Amino acid sequence: MSNSTEPSLWMLVLPLVIYSLPFVALVFCGFIGGFVERRHYASIRLREQTGPRIPLVPVRTWDPSRTIVESRLVSASVVVSLDHFKRFLARLRNIFGGRVRAYESLLDRARREALLRLQAECPGADIILNLRIETSSIANTKGKQGAGGVEVLAYGTMVRYASPEATPPPVPMATAAA
Amino acid sequence: MILTNLETVPGRRIVEHYGLVSGSTVRAKHVGRDIAASFKNLVGGELKGYTELLSESRNEATRRMGEQAIALGANAVVNIRFSTSSVAQGASELYVYGTAVRVE
Repeated sequence: MSNSTEPSLWMLVLPLVIYSLPFVALVFCGFIGGFVERRHYASIRLREQTGPRIPLVPVRTWDPSRTIVESRLVSASVVVSLDHFKRFLARLRNIFGGRVRAYESLLDRARREALLRLQAECPGADIILNLRIETSSIANTKGKQGAGGVEVLAYGTMVRYASPEATPPPVPMATAAA
Repeated sequence: MILTNLETVPGRRIVEHYGLVSGSTVRAKHVGRDIAASFKNLVGGELKGYTELLSESRNEATRRMGEQAIALGANAVVNIRFSTSSVAQGASELYVYGTAVRVE
């Protein structure tokens, strides 16, 4: 009799707590995801500045006058995914339309990472010719949830010229600015 | 075996042409990897299991293409292209194709 109000209070609070748990988890995932993304960007920027800067060009021939000593196919790929919170926001964005920044930055860092890995793959190369970048979405196990992540594959032909002391003419890097 | 995605092998002359060769694999995600990746998927970031799986599969497809080219008597494959398509839920096809040639 005396504790008749207490169970009813619990009946009110407990469902609230239980039903808010998924949202709390979502926000928590978002925090960790944001941290992971910032760390990835920091690593990308660092490697873009300090790593081997091999020119990446989408053309087929670069300098026909020079003799080529080595050429082979090189490829590098990366699979990255968004965190649950960003994916949730992107789904909300579907209602109103417009730019989906979460996916823009996902694809940006996936492409930059793939290009960096491609450059790291062949440290002795003078230039990478016929660069191709291919993107494909990796379907989630629960297909209705949309893309679980994207795979970016970068490939090209690495070329090493005969005289290593002569550097090839400078070309703009294929990597995009932040 | 010389592999390149240029139309010719740099510094070499093509003496014979054998036509299109291709290789493909369809890979499904491993259950263990899938579980690990789905946890990683919560917070985002690189899914290393998938990166490895896909590059292994792509190497496999490239190897098959190379075997086909060798069977034809070629010693190089030029103009290689990679293509990926998801055929079913959790499975994707990795397709590699190129032109088998013999160079000097």
